[in-house]
Amino acid sequence: MSAGHHHQLYRPGDTPVHRLPPQCKLAAVAVFALTVVATPREWFAAFAAYALLLAGVILLAKVPPGFVLRRMAIEIPFVLFALAIPFVGTGERISLAGLPLSLPGLWAAWNILAKATLGVVASILLAATTEPRMVLLGAQRLRLPPLMVQIAMFMLRYMDVILDEMRRMRVARESRGFAARDVRHIPVVARSAGALFIRSYERGERVHLAMLSRGYTGSMPVIHDVTASARQWLVAGTLPGAALAVLLGTVLLGTGGW
Amino acid sequence: MTASLEVDRLAYAYPDGTQALFGVDLRIERGERVALLGPNGAGKTTLVMHLNGILTAGHGTVTVAGLPVTKGSLKEIRRRVGLVFQDPDDQLFMPTVREDVAFGPANMGIRGEELDQRVKLALERVGMLEAIDRPPHHLSFGQRRRVAVATVLAMEPEILVLDEPSSNLDPASRRELAEILRSLDVTVLMVTHDLPYALELCERSLILSGGVIAADGPTREILADAELLAAHRLELPYGFRAT
Amino acid sequence: MHVPDGFFTAAVSISAGAVAAAGTAVCLRGARRELDDRTAPMAGLVAAFVFAVQMLNFPVAAGTSGHLLGGALAAILVGPYTAVLCMAVVLLVQGFFFADGGLTALGVNITLMGLVTVLVGWGVFRLITRGLNGRAAITAASFVAALVSVPASALAFTLLFWVGGTAPIEIGTVAAAMGGVHALIGIGEGLITAVTVATVLAARPDLVYGARGLAAPLVLRGADGDVAVVPERAEAPAARGVRGVRPFLLAGVGVTLVLAGVVSFFASGDPDGLEKVGEDQGFLAQATDHAFGEWALADYGDVGGIPVGVTGVVGVGITLIVAGAVGRAARRRDREAVQESGQKSGREDATV
Repeated sequence: MSAGHHHQLYRPGDTPVHRLPPQCKLAAVAVFALTVVATPREWFAAFAAYALLLAGVILLAKVPPGFVLRRMAIEIPFVLFALAIPFVGTGERISLAGLPLSLPGLWAAWNILAKATLGVVASILLAATTEPRMVLLGAQRLRLPPLMVQIAMFMLRYMDVILDEMRRMRVARESRGFAARDVRHIPVVARSAGALFIRSYERGERVHLAMLSRGYTGSMPVIHDVTASARQWLVAGTLPGAALAVLLGTVLLGTGGW
Repeated sequence: MTASLEVDRLAYAYPDGTQALFGVDLRIERGERVALLGPNGAGKTTLVMHLNGILTAGHGTVTVAGLPVTKGSLKEIRRRVGLVFQDPDDQLFMPTVREDVAFGPANMGIRGEELDQRVKLALERVGMLEAIDRPPHHLSFGQRRRVAVATVLAMEPEILVLDEPSSNLDPASRRELAEILRSLDVTVLMVTHDLPYALELCERSLILSGGVIAADGPTREILADAELLAAHRLELPYGFRAT
Repeated sequence: MHVPDGFFTAAVSISAGAVAAAGTAVCLRGARRELDDRTAPMAGLVAAFVFAVQMLNFPVAAGTSGHLLGGALAAILVGPYTAVLCMAVVLLVQGFFFADGGLTALGVNITLMGLVTVLVGWGVFRLITRGLNGRAAITAASFVAALVSVPASALAFTLLFWVGGTAPIEIGTVAAAMGGVHALIGIGEGLITAVTVATVLAARPDLVYGARGLAAPLVLRGADGDVAVVPERAEAPAARGVRGVRPFLLAGVGVTLVLAGVVSFFASGDPDGLEKVGEDQGFLAQATDHAFGEWALADYGDVGGIPVGVTGVVGVGITLIVAGAVGRAARRRDREAVQESGQKSGREDATV
C-alpha cells in the first residue's frame, strides 16, 4: 500500500513530545479539552493562558506554526457558523460599526470559536506527533474495546487504499471533462462510490485472510510493549495539569473577567 | 493412521445464496504431495478457505490430522494448516522480513529466544536467511514468494496449502521453489493451473469442477487423459506430453 | 454536522456522552453476533468508507454545502450493531486525528451521526424489506432508509440545540436551516447509498448484511450425478437476524426516549442552555416547571417557532415504536403461517 494520506498528519520528529507513549498523549489531550470546555466564557485570561500552553507544546514538538494553521482549515464551517450567530441571534442588540449585533450572539460566537479552536489545535498536535498505529496501541492500553481498536486499525489501513483509488477515479473522471458542481452530478459520484467500495474491499480482503491464516485473532501481537513510566505520565500531565491549574487558580482568586 | 486432511461431503453457499461447493470428498495422507486442479470458478479458493476455518462449512466436515474444524478448534487448526497465498504481497504486510515471519508464531504466543529461533529456521529452509532485516517490498518476486512460504513454515504446520505457487515466477525461481518444496518434510496440497508443475511435484492430483471432486488419481494418468482435461477446461502447454 | 467543543452546554454533552456510551456498549455485545472472521475487515472498510464520504462535501442549494453521514449505508452493509461501532470509530478518529468534531462533543456526535442515523436507517430498511424481497427491493429500501436517516439526525440535532445549545438563536431558525439543508443532503445520501448497495450486491452479494435473507437451501451433488437438498441448515444466518433485530429496535426506542428524557432533565436545571433560550422566548416558567421531555414537548407545541424540530424528533420516536409494533405483529402472523404450512422455514428468515 502506498504512502498515504495520514502521513500528511504525522510529522516525524524526535522531540520529547514525539517520544511520549501514545496513551499518555491521548489522555492529556482529552483532559485538556475537558478543562477548556469547562471554563466559563467570560474568563479571557484563562483562554489566553491555554493558548500560551499550546504554543509551548508547538515549540517543544518543533511543529511549524504554518502546518498547524493549514490543518486548522477543518474548523472553517464552524467559524462561518459562529460568525453568523451575532447577526441572527436573539436578545439585546448593540450597534457595532453601524451593524446591529446580538449581544448574547457575540458571546456565543466567542465561546464556540475560542473553545473549538483550542480543541482543534490540541488534536492537530496529537496527530502531528504520534504515528496512527501508535495511537491505536495507546487506545488499546487505555482499554478501548478491542473490537473498536480492530475496526479502527482496518479503517486506517483501508483509508490509504480508498483515498488512493478515489484520487485515481477522480483523475479519470475529470480527464474526461467532468467536475462535480451541483446536485445533478450526484449519480455520477454515487456510481464511483460503489465501484470504489468493491475495489478497495478486494484489495484489502486478501491481506486480512493471510493474517487470519497465520493465527491473527483481532489484535496485533505486541512484540515490543509500550508501557508508560510514571515519569512519562508526569511529563504528559504537564499540559492538562497546567490548564487545570489555570482554571482552578481563576476560580480561587475570583478574577476571571477583565 | 489418521489422514493429514479429510474433507467429507463439504457444501457451502455464500450468504446471499450463491452456492460454490456441492459436496466435496477428499482424503490426503501424511507426507503426500497432492495437486488440486480445476478451472476458474470451480470453487478451489472456497475449498481452501474451509481448510483453515476462514469459511465455516454449510454442510459436511473438514478434519485436519484428526481434529475437526470447529469454532473452538480454530487456533490449533490455523497452526496445523499453513496457507500460502497466490500474491506474496498479500501475505507480507509487516515492515521487515523478520517481523513478518514472526507474526504467525507470535500470534501463537511464542516470544523471545524461541521466536527468534523459529524465524531463523524457517528462513533458512527457504534460503532467505540473509534477507532477514530487509523490507519485503525490496525483494524480487521469487524471493518474496519464498519468504511467504517461510512465514507459514515458522508455524510448523501439519499441511502446507499453496495457491498457484508457480504463477509469475521466472524459470529459475520456479525451479528453486520446486527444490524447496521437495526438501520439506510436510504434507503439501497445491492449488494450480500449472499442469507441468503439478506433474513435477505431485504424484497425485484431484480435479475440482462444478463444486465437486470430478477426478482423483496419479497425476501422470490424469494428465494423459485428454478427454478428462478438456471436459474440465484444463490444458497442457503446447507440445507437452505427460507420458 | 460535526459539533465542535463548546457548542452545547456541559449538561447536554455529558448526557449525550452517557447515551453514546450506553449505545456503544449495547452494540459491542450485539456486534459479536454480526462479526465473524471475514466481516471484521468489512467493518474497517465501512468505517474508512464512511470517513471518505463524509469528506465528500457536495453542494446543496445557494452556496451551502453539506456532507454525507453514511449511517444507513453502514447498517445495511455490516448490520446495525457493527454500524454503530463503525460510526463511533470514525468520529473518534476524526476527533483525535483530524480535529473534526470536538472531543467533549464526541458523545453528541456519536449520538447524532452514529446512533440516530443507524437506528432510523436500519429501522426503515427492515420495515421495507420485511414486506418486499429481492435485489430491487433492497436497493429501493436502501434509498429510502438513507433518505430518512439524514433529516432524522438533523432533527435530533435541533432537539439537542433546543435543550442545550450555547448560541442564542431561535430554535425555529435552527430547525429550518438544519432541516432544509439536510433534507437535500438526504436525497444525495439516498442516491449514493442505493447505488453503492446495488453495486456491491451485483459484484459481491455475500458482503451485504441486509441481503442475508436471499439465502437458499444447500444442494449436494453426488459423484454419479444425483442431487440432494440439505433439509435444514445448522445455522441459517438470517435466523440470527431474527434474534438480533428485536433487542436492537427496543434499544433504539430506549435510546431515543433516554435522549429526550435525560437530556431535558439535565438541561432544565442548567442556567446556561435552555434558560437562555427560554428567557429570550419568554417561556422560562414552563421550562423549569416541567422537567421531563414529553411534558415539555406537549407544552411547547403551541409556542411559536419551536415545534418544527421537536415534533420531528417525537415523530422519529413514534415511527420507531410503530415500526416495532408493526414488525412484531407481522412476525407473529408469519410464524403462524409457518406453523400452518409446516415447511416454509425460509420465510421467516427473509422477513426480519
